Amino acid sequence: MSSNAITVPGAQIDEKPWVDTLHEWVTTVDHKRLGVLYIGYALLLLVVAGIEALIIRIQLMYPHNDFVSPQVFNRMFTMHGTTMIFFVAMPILFGFANYLVPLMIGARDMAFPRLNAFSFWLSALGGLFLYFSLVGANGLYGAGNAPDVGWWAYAPLTARAFSPGHSSDYWTLSLLASGFGSIGTAINIVATVLCMRCPGMKLSRMPLLVWLNLVMSGMVLITITPLSAAQIMLLVDRYLGGHFFDAQAGGSAVLWMHFFWIFGHPEVYVLIIPCFAFMSEIIPVFSRKPIFGYPVMVAATVCIGFVSMSVWAHHMFTVGMNSYANSFFTITTMAVGVPTGIKIFNWLGTMWGGRIQFKTPMLFSIGFLFQFLMAGLTGVMLACAPFDWQLGSSYFVVAHFHYVIVGGILFALFAAFYYWYPKITGRMLSEALGKWHFWLFLIGFHLTFDLMHIPGLLGMPRRIYTYEPGRGWDTLNLLITAGAFIQAIGTVLFVANLVISYCNGKKAGNDPWDAWTLEWSTNSPPPPYNFASIPVVASRRPLWDLKHPEDPDSRYE
Amino acid sequence: MQALRSTNSFARGPLAVLLSVIWQASAVVGAVPPALSPTNIFASESTPAKSIAHLSVFVFVITGIIFVVVFTLLVYSIIKFRGRAGDAGREPAQVYGSTQIELAWTIIPILIVVVLFLATARVIHAIQDASQPPSAIEVTAIGHQYWWEFRYPKLGIVTANEMHIPVSDPENPTPTFLTLLSADTDHSFWIPELAGKTDLIPNHPNRMWMDPHRTGIFLGQCAQYCGVQHAKMLLRVSVDSPEDFAAWVRSQQRPAVQDESVAAGRRVFESTACINCHAVARTNANGRFGPDLTHLMSRATIASGAAPNTPEKLRLWIQDPNKIKPGSLMPAMQLSDTDLDAVVSYMETLR
Repeated sequence: MSSNAITVPGAQIDEKPWVDTLHEWVTTVDHKRLGVLYIGYALLLLVVAGIEALIIRIQLMYPHNDFVSPQVFNRMFTMHGTTMIFFVAMPILFGFANYLVPLMIGARDMAFPRLNAFSFWLSALGGLFLYFSLVGANGLYGAGNAPDVGWWAYAPLTARAFSPGHSSDYWTLSLLASGFGSIGTAINIVATVLCMRCPGMKLSRMPLLVWLNLVMSGMVLITITPLSAAQIMLLVDRYLGGHFFDAQAGGSAVLWMHFFWIFGHPEVYVLIIPCFAFMSEIIPVFSRKPIFGYPVMVAATVCIGFVSMSVWAHHMFTVGMNSYANSFFTITTMAVGVPTGIKIFNWLGTMWGGRIQFKTPMLFSIGFLFQFLMAGLTGVMLACAPFDWQLGSSYFVVAHFHYVIVGGILFALFAAFYYWYPKITGRMLSEALGKWHFWLFLIGFHLTFDLMHIPGLLGMPRRIYTYEPGRGWDTLNLLITAGAFIQAIGTVLFVANLVISYCNGKKAGNDPWDAWTLEWSTNSPPPPYNFASIPVVASRRPLWDLKHPEDPDSRYE
Repeated sequence: MQALRSTNSFARGPLAVLLSVIWQASAVVGAVPPALSPTNIFASESTPAKSIAHLSVFVFVITGIIFVVVFTLLVYSIIKFRGRAGDAGREPAQVYGSTQIELAWTIIPILIVVVLFLATARVIHAIQDASQPPSAIEVTAIGHQYWWEFRYPKLGIVTANEMHIPVSDPENPTPTFLTLLSADTDHSFWIPELAGKTDLIPNHPNRMWMDPHRTGIFLGQCAQYCGVQHAKMLLRVSVDSPEDFAAWVRSQQRPAVQDESVAAGRRVFESTACINCHAVARTNANGRFGPDLTHLMSRATIASGAAPNTPEKLRLWIQDPNKIKPGSLMPAMQLSDTDLDAVVSYMETLR
C-alpha cells in the first residue's frame, strides 16, 4: 500500500498557461483543492486580522495614546474579532477537515463535491462583504466605514439610531453568507463520514480526527442556525420596521444576547474540537503509542457537544438573570470542564510510557497541552458567576479566550501545518525555521497573554481605546504590546517557512512521520482520486497493521 | 445581606478538612490585598465585593492545585519518556487504555466541580437575594452615551457622573441599593472595590447593592461596550461619612444659585441650544439629554471623568467637546469668545 497511486509510464507534466491553472482552481470540486483554498484564504485573512491586532496593541501601549482615533480603534477590534472567528478559524478548520476526512476514511471525495465548492465560495463571499464595508459602507449619512459594534454586536448598538449608514449591514450580510457556507460544509462532512467510509472502517475504527469533525459538524448545524435567524431578524429591524431587538419600541436587547451566545459559546467548541482532533492524531504518532482510551475520547467529545449547548448564558452573568439561572449556568459550565479534563488526561496517558520525539508538530502540541490546561482553569474561574461579576468584560476575559484561541487553537493549527504540510505539498517544512517559529511564538504568547490577565484583575475593562494613568495598567500594557510584536515575528517566520519549503523543502515521501492513518498510505501530494484501489481496514491503525504484521492492532480491538 | 459565615458543611474527612482550611484561609488572603491599583478587585471594601474576593481566592487555590498537579505530570512525562538516541526503530509497549485510571480521572473532577459549585451557589444567593433594609439609600443610575445620571428619588436629587453614598457601619448598616436603567445602548456599572458589575440595559431594569465599609473616592468605569466613547465613561463614587453625606444632600437639594453678576452668561446659556439637553433646576433650562448642571461646581470632574473640573477645561469643553472626548454627543456650539467666557462664568456660579 506504500505507493497507492497509478503510475502512468511516460506521463509528462506539461506547463499549462496560468489562465488554465486559475480556471481549474476556481472551478474545482476536488476536496483537496477546496481544502487548500480554504486554508489559503484563511491564512491571508489571518495576516490582515493580525495587523489589526497590532494596531490595537500599539494604541494601548501607553495611557492616553492617540495612535488611532476612538472610531478607528472600535472598528479595529470589531474587524479583528469577526475576521479571526468567522474568516480565519472557521475556514482554516473546515479546510483541514475537507482535506483530511476523505483521505482518512479511504474515500475518493466528499459526499457532495459541488456543495463543497458552493460552501467555500459562500464563505469567501462573506469575507468579501466584511472587507468591502471599508469602501462600500459609507451610506447616506457618511457614517463610518468598517463595522464598529464589536464582534458580538449587542443590540441596540446595531439599531439604525446608533449605527447609521451600512457598516452593520455588511457585518450582518457577511455572517449570513459565511453561515450558510458553514452549514453546507457541515452537512457535507456528516454525510461523508456516515456514507463514504471504506470497507472495514466501522464507526468504532474511525480515526479520532474523523470522529471529532463529525461532532463538530453536528454542532455547526445546531448553532449556526440561530445565528443566521438572528441576523435576518436584525435586518428586519433595520429595514422593515421590526422591533425584535429595538428596546426603544418594546423590543428586547437581551433577546439578541441569547441568540448570539447560544451560537457563540458552542462556537468555541466548534473551533476547539477539530484542534482536539489534531492533537489526537499528532500526539500518538510522536509518542509512538496508540491514543490512550479511544472509546472514552469519543464519549468525552460527544459529551462536550451536548453539554456545551447548555452553557451559553455564562456570557450573560452580568445582565441581571436571577440567582437560579446564574447557578444553573455555573454548574453546566463547570460540568463541561470534566470531559475536557478527561481529554487532557488521555493525551497525558498517551505520552506516558512512550518515546516522545520532539519534532516541530509535537513541540506545538506540547505547548497546546500546557496552555489549554491553563485556559481551562481560568475558564472555571469565569464559570463562578460571582467571580465573573468582577472579571466579565475585563481584560481577564480577553486573556482567557485568547489563551483558548491562540494558546489552544492556533498552536494546534501550527502543529497541524507542520504535520500535514508534507502530505499536502510533498515537501517537508524546515525544522530549523519551525523551531525558531515555535520558541519565538511561545515567548511572545506568554509575554502577551499571561500578563494580560493582571490588568483585568486590576479593573481594566475590554474595548476601551485608551485608559487613565495611575491604575497600575501602564507597564503591563507596554509589555503585552511587546509580546504581540514577538508573536508577529514568529508568524512571519512561519509564512516564510511555508513559502521557502514549498520551493526548496526536503522531499517528504508518502509517510515521513512513520504514522498509522490512511492518508499516509497514498502519494504526497495525493493524486486526484486519492487511492488507486479503495483500501480495506481491520483496525484503527491500518498502517500499523501493515508495518507490524506480526502484532497487528486488529488482534486487540 | 449577612456576611458569609465560614462553612462547616463539608462532610468530615481529611479532604473535607483541607477544603475547609482553604476556604477559611481564602477569607484572610482575600482581605489583605496589595495596593496595586485603585480598581483592584481584591481590595474589596464592601460586603458583595468581599464575598466575591473570598470566593475568588478559594477558586484560585483549588484551580492552582489542579494546575500544579497536571503541570508536574506533563513535565515529568515529557522528560521521562523522551525519545533517546538508542531506541531507533524500536517501538514502546502499545497500551490502549485503562478503565480504572480513566474512571479515576473522571470521578475526581466531578467531585471538584461539586465542591466549587456549592461554594459558588452560596455566594450567588447571598449577594443576589439580599433583601433591602428600610435604612437603605435608593439610587437610580441611568446609563447614557457616554455619561451617568444618578437620581435619588426619595431625596429629590438629580446629579451626574459622581455618585455620593454614605459609608455603611456593619453594626447599623445603611447600604445603597441601585436601580440600573439605560437611556440608549447597553452599559455596565463597575466599581471593582465595591461590587461586581451589573449591566444597564434599555427596557430591562436591573438591581445591585453595596455597603461601603470605609469613606473615600472609589473609581470605576463603564464595562460594557456602548459606542465611540465607551473608554471615557468613567465613574466616581464618593463614600461619605454620615455627616458629610447629609451635608451633600442638603446642598444638592438647594435651588440653583441666582447670581446677577453672571446674568449675561445665563442669558447666552438659556438662549442657545444648551437648554435642549441640560437642566438647571427652576430655570428655563430643563433638557434631559445631557447631565444636570444645577450643582455643576460640586463635582470634581467634567465629561464623565474625562477632565478635571477647572475653568480652563470647562471652557475648552464648551468650546469644542471633541478636544477632550472625540465622539462625545455634545456639539460644539460655535460661541463667540465673549459668549464663551460669559457662559463659563455662569457655570462657575452653579455650586
